[in-house]
Amino acid sequence: MTIPGVADESSGSPMLSAARQVAPIVMGYLPVGAAYGVLAQQAGLSLLNTVLMSVLVYAGSAQLIAVGMFAAGLNPASIVATTFVVNLRHLLMSASLAPNLRSWNKCELALFAYEVTDESFAVHSMRFARGDLNKTICFGINALAQLSWILASFVGFFAGASIPSVEPLGIDYALPAMFIALLVMQMKNGLHVLVAGFSGLLAILLNKAGADQWSVILATIIGATFGAGVESWTRKQSL
Amino acid sequence: MDQKTVFVTIVAMLAVTYIPRMVPLVVLASRTLPGPVVRWLSYVPAAVLSSMLFPALLLRDGSLDVSFDNYFLWAAVPAFILAWRTRSFFGTVALGMALVAAGRWFIG
Repeated sequence: MTIPGVADESSGSPMLSAARQVAPIVMGYLPVGAAYGVLAQQAGLSLLNTVLMSVLVYAGSAQLIAVGMFAAGLNPASIVATTFVVNLRHLLMSASLAPNLRSWNKCELALFAYEVTDESFAVHSMRFARGDLNKTICFGINALAQLSWILASFVGFFAGASIPSVEPLGIDYALPAMFIALLVMQMKNGLHVLVAGFSGLLAILLNKAGADQWSVILATIIGATFGAGVESWTRKQSL
Repeated sequence: MDQKTVFVTIVAMLAVTYIPRMVPLVVLASRTLPGPVVRWLSYVPAAVLSSMLFPALLLRDGSLDVSFDNYFLWAAVPAFILAWRTRSFFGTVALGMALVAAGRWFIG
């Protein structure tokens, strides 16, 4: 199945294609990464630790939450526990990417897993769905995305509160808009639309109920179960 | 907190972040999964993306906001339509950002 406009993005040289596909991620990462750098500096982290967290942990929302907890002087064990809960959603993302990567060896998989973020997951699941499994593009997208994240944290640390506000340019909408495009491209049939609506509303309810750190993972598990349940039910009906 | 403690915390954060990212890929990629599991996993992308997106569009400071000045919500409507019609990733991001910026400039 070829989708016009999407197929174009994978033509040409692999690195060029990776650069094109990573552009929206970078646009979203630059302001968020810089915000992380500013907050890390204000929380009293050294430059080395600020950049190391972007190199070693590489998880946007968890890093922002962690520097807030460092600033509040909370104990390291609770920072680590919170990071675990906040990032547990990546378990589901990795699991859903796995069936596409049967031809990869364990080292490649372990390296690829290191850079599974919300954004890279979204881009790769769209690429895999259209059959684009090019390894150079996969690793190119991941490397460029993380590089932009690391650079942004570095700049944020130095610029501190003096970096200009990104709000007048609407750059803070880059990631939500990217999720809109990626979500639409996941809509293969009516049941996908139903699952998306169901999970999204459930996530809002869970947020409102105070389960904000668990909301994404719970809404995903219940939403996917709902979709699989409806699918097997309709199959039985049509037999 | 001294920088050494911060560093040790970061290493522990690395472990609890990397292990859930790595285990499913390394363990599941080489196996043939039963049909129901594959079907279940096929709904994960739609479910996880919307569980992150909906709260970003509809919640402000933890409460539901469907007021006119919630630009994140209203910019999403044309962005959804454009994404659906054109399948353009970049176009959707550009339109969304432009609408949010325009709202802030012209309406405030």
